[in-house]
Amino acid sequence: MSNDPAHGKPPAGGAPAVPPPLGPEAHVLVGSGDLFVNWARKSSLWYLLFATACCGIELMQAGASRYDLDRFGAVFRATPRQSDLMLVAGTITHKMAERVKRLYDQMPEPKYVIAMGSCANTGGPFYKDSYCVVKGVDLIIPVDVYIPGCPPRPEALIDGIMKLQKIIMQKKNFGAKA
Amino acid sequence: MEAQAVFDMLKGKFGDAVVELQGEGYSPAFVVVAPAAVKEVARFLRDDPALAFDSLMCLSGVDYKDRFAVAYHLHSLKHRHAVGVKAFLPRENPSLPTVDGVWPAANFQEREAFDLFGIVFTGSKDLRRILLPEDWEGHPLRKDYKYPESYHGIKV
Repeated sequence: MSNDPAHGKPPAGGAPAVPPPLGPEAHVLVGSGDLFVNWARKSSLWYLLFATACCGIELMQAGASRYDLDRFGAVFRATPRQSDLMLVAGTITHKMAERVKRLYDQMPEPKYVIAMGSCANTGGPFYKDSYCVVKGVDLIIPVDVYIPGCPPRPEALIDGIMKLQKIIMQKKNFGAKA
Repeated sequence: MEAQAVFDMLKGKFGDAVVELQGEGYSPAFVVVAPAAVKEVARFLRDDPALAFDSLMCLSGVDYKDRFAVAYHLHSLKHRHAVGVKAFLPRENPSLPTVDGVWPAANFQEREAFDLFGIVFTGSKDLRRILLPEDWEGHPLRKDYKYPESYHGIKV
């Protein structure tokens, strides 16, 4: 409590309490709550350090200094508990599918999924005549953005992340629930 | 040592258990042996000082539609020569003795042949599926394999 009389109790004389005047040091920001929350979320897309095939190499490349995913606030986390984004980078086999589902379930809400590369999108080169490859990761978990390519270049991956950022900016967090 | 000489040595040692030599058009040449004799032949190939095949480079299962085969690619680091050994198996209940006591590296490759072809290696120290999930049904690299509709609720 400061010594400013405006912050003290109203004088005993019975004069009505007036709100303290806003001095030059007071800062008030008026804006949309959605905008703020979405901006915070899109600017800190921590992705799970997880890759199952050659797309993972491009993912590492995109995270390294030349393409530098960090400038989008996207850094990898080694545990699903701290991750917002799952980049499914690579072929998902039926044996791996249950692990992918479990990792996704362990991520806290809100969570997003990017399917990176042909294998994660559709099964890719293993679409026909493969007994062991899941034909698209969207058979297991919901996908927000699909990035084509085999594997996609880091530019394509960055484009996909920016698309996801646009999706995040459209979310309504405080509106009345239907 | 040439494949023909290896074949002659094996023929002299094991007689009828060594069936034929697949030389023309095969690289390396394959000595075809009876499945039951595979373990003794393997031990001899490894231990004989003139042969000294100390490295099992590759062990494969093969489906010829009318029968199966197991092919062993052997190499000698000492003599720098190579030979193949092949054993043909019937389509019904294919099984033959394991060679994981001769070359320990055989274990993983035998498990792979068991996993994908259903070839049983009797006497193996650990014969489980190696690539597919434990509860997978069937052996997918067989020519007559029927794909399942789904696995654990996910469409195949």
